[in-house]
Amino acid sequence: MSAHAAEAADLIDHGHAGDDGHGHDELVENNYMKVPNVKLAIWTFLGSECMFFGSLIATYFFYLDKSIGGLLPKEVFSIGITSISTFILLTSSFTMAMAVDTAKSGLMSKSRNWLLITALCGATFVGFQVYEFWHFVHLGLTLQTSLFGSTFYVMTGFHGAHVSVGVIWLLMVAKLVHSGKIPAERAVFVESAGLYWHFVDIVWIVIFTFVYLLEFAK
Amino acid sequence: MSAKLHDIEALQAPEPHMHYERPGKTGLMDWLTTVDHKKVGVVYWAAGAFFLLVGGLEALLFRIQLAVPDNDFMGGETFNGLVTMHATTMVFLAIMPMTAGFANFLVPLLIGARDVAFPRLNAWSLWTFLGGALVINASFLFGGPPAAGWTGYAPLTGPEFGGTGIDFWWSGLALLSASSMAASINFIVTILNMRAPGMTLLRVPVLGWMMLVIQFLLALSFPPVTVGLILLGFDRMFGTTFYNVSMGGDPQLWQHLFWLFGHPEVYVLILPAMGIVSEILPVFARRPLFGQTAVIFSGIFIGFVGFGVWAHHMFTAGMGPVADAAFAATTAIIAIPTGVKIFNWLGTLWGGKMTYPTPMLFAIAFIPIFTLGGLSGLMHAAAPLDLQQHDSYFVVAHFHYVLVGGALLGLFAGTYFYFPKVTGRMMSDGLGKAHFWLFLIGMNITFFPQHMLGNEGMPRRIYTYPADAQWDLYNMLGTIGVIIMTVAMLIFVYNVIVSVKKGAIAGRDPWDAATLEWLTESPPKVQNFDFTPIVLSERPVWDHKYTEGMEIIAPEKGESFHMPSYSWKPMISSGFVLMLIIGILLNTFMPGNWLWIVAALAAVGVVGSVWAWVSEPV
Repeated sequence: MSAHAAEAADLIDHGHAGDDGHGHDELVENNYMKVPNVKLAIWTFLGSECMFFGSLIATYFFYLDKSIGGLLPKEVFSIGITSISTFILLTSSFTMAMAVDTAKSGLMSKSRNWLLITALCGATFVGFQVYEFWHFVHLGLTLQTSLFGSTFYVMTGFHGAHVSVGVIWLLMVAKLVHSGKIPAERAVFVESAGLYWHFVDIVWIVIFTFVYLLEFAK
Repeated sequence: MSAKLHDIEALQAPEPHMHYERPGKTGLMDWLTTVDHKKVGVVYWAAGAFFLLVGGLEALLFRIQLAVPDNDFMGGETFNGLVTMHATTMVFLAIMPMTAGFANFLVPLLIGARDVAFPRLNAWSLWTFLGGALVINASFLFGGPPAAGWTGYAPLTGPEFGGTGIDFWWSGLALLSASSMAASINFIVTILNMRAPGMTLLRVPVLGWMMLVIQFLLALSFPPVTVGLILLGFDRMFGTTFYNVSMGGDPQLWQHLFWLFGHPEVYVLILPAMGIVSEILPVFARRPLFGQTAVIFSGIFIGFVGFGVWAHHMFTAGMGPVADAAFAATTAIIAIPTGVKIFNWLGTLWGGKMTYPTPMLFAIAFIPIFTLGGLSGLMHAAAPLDLQQHDSYFVVAHFHYVLVGGALLGLFAGTYFYFPKVTGRMMSDGLGKAHFWLFLIGMNITFFPQHMLGNEGMPRRIYTYPADAQWDLYNMLGTIGVIIMTVAMLIFVYNVIVSVKKGAIAGRDPWDAATLEWLTESPPKVQNFDFTPIVLSERPVWDHKYTEGMEIIAPEKGESFHMPSYSWKPMISSGFVLMLIIGILLNTFMPGNWLWIVAALAAVGVVGSVWAWVSEPV
């Protein structure tokens, strides 16, 4: 009983609950996990996304070299061009990290600029991908051509869709930072967008390495 | 009840100070714009109960067809459609949303929180679920229901064989998947981060724990089937070759993606029922749950191993002896944590001072009936035996014992148990017992003979059978049982409707229960608790009522709460997602550019509504 009384006194002394005063969705953030709600939600979401891309990438490898007819990966891939777009996307992870860092330091206008640069890099990557798809289709590889066509376009297409969603997300965050709705003490919203952005980058590293580069190592 | 009862009313702290960004709405507008987890939970439960009746009606119709041999009550195509819709409805639109109803209403109360972590996202999940339910059932009006079985095996669902119903099926399921993933993230954050002070993880009630485990299962198992559905959609809309055998596609890909979701899904359906039973048994046996920590860890273990057993649905697909042996072994392992739970429930009852109101009857019946389903499941773990039982009525008997005798009995128990908390009124115990006995007898008459039917070789999913097969008696029994269950369900519906208005006033704590939700008013106020409860054990309310010196500490002055305001944004945003699905369905009936026009508009709508969402003060 005395142990319980001591525990109760401790809990009262060290404060508990109450709203976090920022007027957003979190009502009572007791923060048991030492991670803010938004960030924990993004981490959970990324866990779910791992299974999503895991399934798509597994499908690609399940069907690798099982196509009947149609162009082979080596006949369409252009490592030079894809390397450039990959470089741009990876650079955007650096600019994203700068956006998070400046936001945490309270340099909000700098953070906004880094966010816009990151979004620009993302949009450029999507532009490269649109060109790549257009180019491959003209070479004769379509969604319907073969298992390679189907799996390649759907897998990289969904990655491109994720990058596009990320660009819109970053633009929204940049606007909120600009209008002062995300001040330094809510930098976690910049950080959350950053977590998603880095994840999308990591997925691309996996795809670029195993889908593109390995073709040429065989 | 001779023990000293503190007056819970005396715990009323001074009225808390509440502030909202916008004044509340009333009536229908309140329900359409609510972000209150309790109202969201009630809508989920009501929708689930409605679809439970719809799914039951579908079963009644095809049981009439199967009552006698060589029957011509309906044709094969109608039968296939009804069976497919029966299973899809029961799994996704009845049991899951009823479970979601319990999760929404109870989880914040169980852990002493004021709402979920993201109330508007919670409302979004609700509307998206309703959109998906609408899409799947709209197939009845446009071109007929899907008829490929609820497992939707390729190539039955492909462009060659699947009718237009398949488009409603896959796109509706994709919506449900989005809804479930959003909800799972929300509840994981809620349970992990928003527990009341002192509520360490092992002080979270078992029901809260089981809800946490299934959220992880949902978050991690829905993506594979979503990918499977998207590949199916691409095959049907754009002529891709994923499941097209003539192009080298492999139908087994679908089976893996589907069951990688489908088996964890089984635990999504059964674990909450186990949690409900674990809450009810101690209350009516007047003993703490025996080995609560073991029950919790068993649930975690089931969830974990549940990801490694999916291919036991595919023993006949020819995966080879190594894969068969591996999946047989993991499947058998699941029996261990399940057995731990069963013995813990029995240990709880042992020597208890038992009373038998309706929720207790359902909870007690759950144990042996679910165990029967579990045991036949264990038989399926033996791959050689499963080769004989696969796609026979033995399998039908097995999963109905698990899902009707397990999940549904648990959900009924929970309904009778928590009804007073939700509505402030008791359900009629007499009608409840009539419902219980009729339902229990009906389900056993229907499903027990199906074990024998399976052993005698009757395959599932056949719309009629010849008289000389000698399956008449068991099939007739099955139909009679369904009619008895129908009567039981009518009594249940009548009981719910009458009790909402005329039931006896319940008060805060009608069952003399142990956990935090019974500390609140019935129905709870919008802020749930007037003060932040401090939790010092697994049974805070029992400790408070029956132990010297274990007070629930109320603060001296009222706290200040910022509660979320109503919002239209969740429904609008969800509506634009539904619009995308409507574009896909338009493409089915009017191929052309409709898809791209509607999809572009929907995308703009989603972005716009999300922007309005994030910039709205809450």
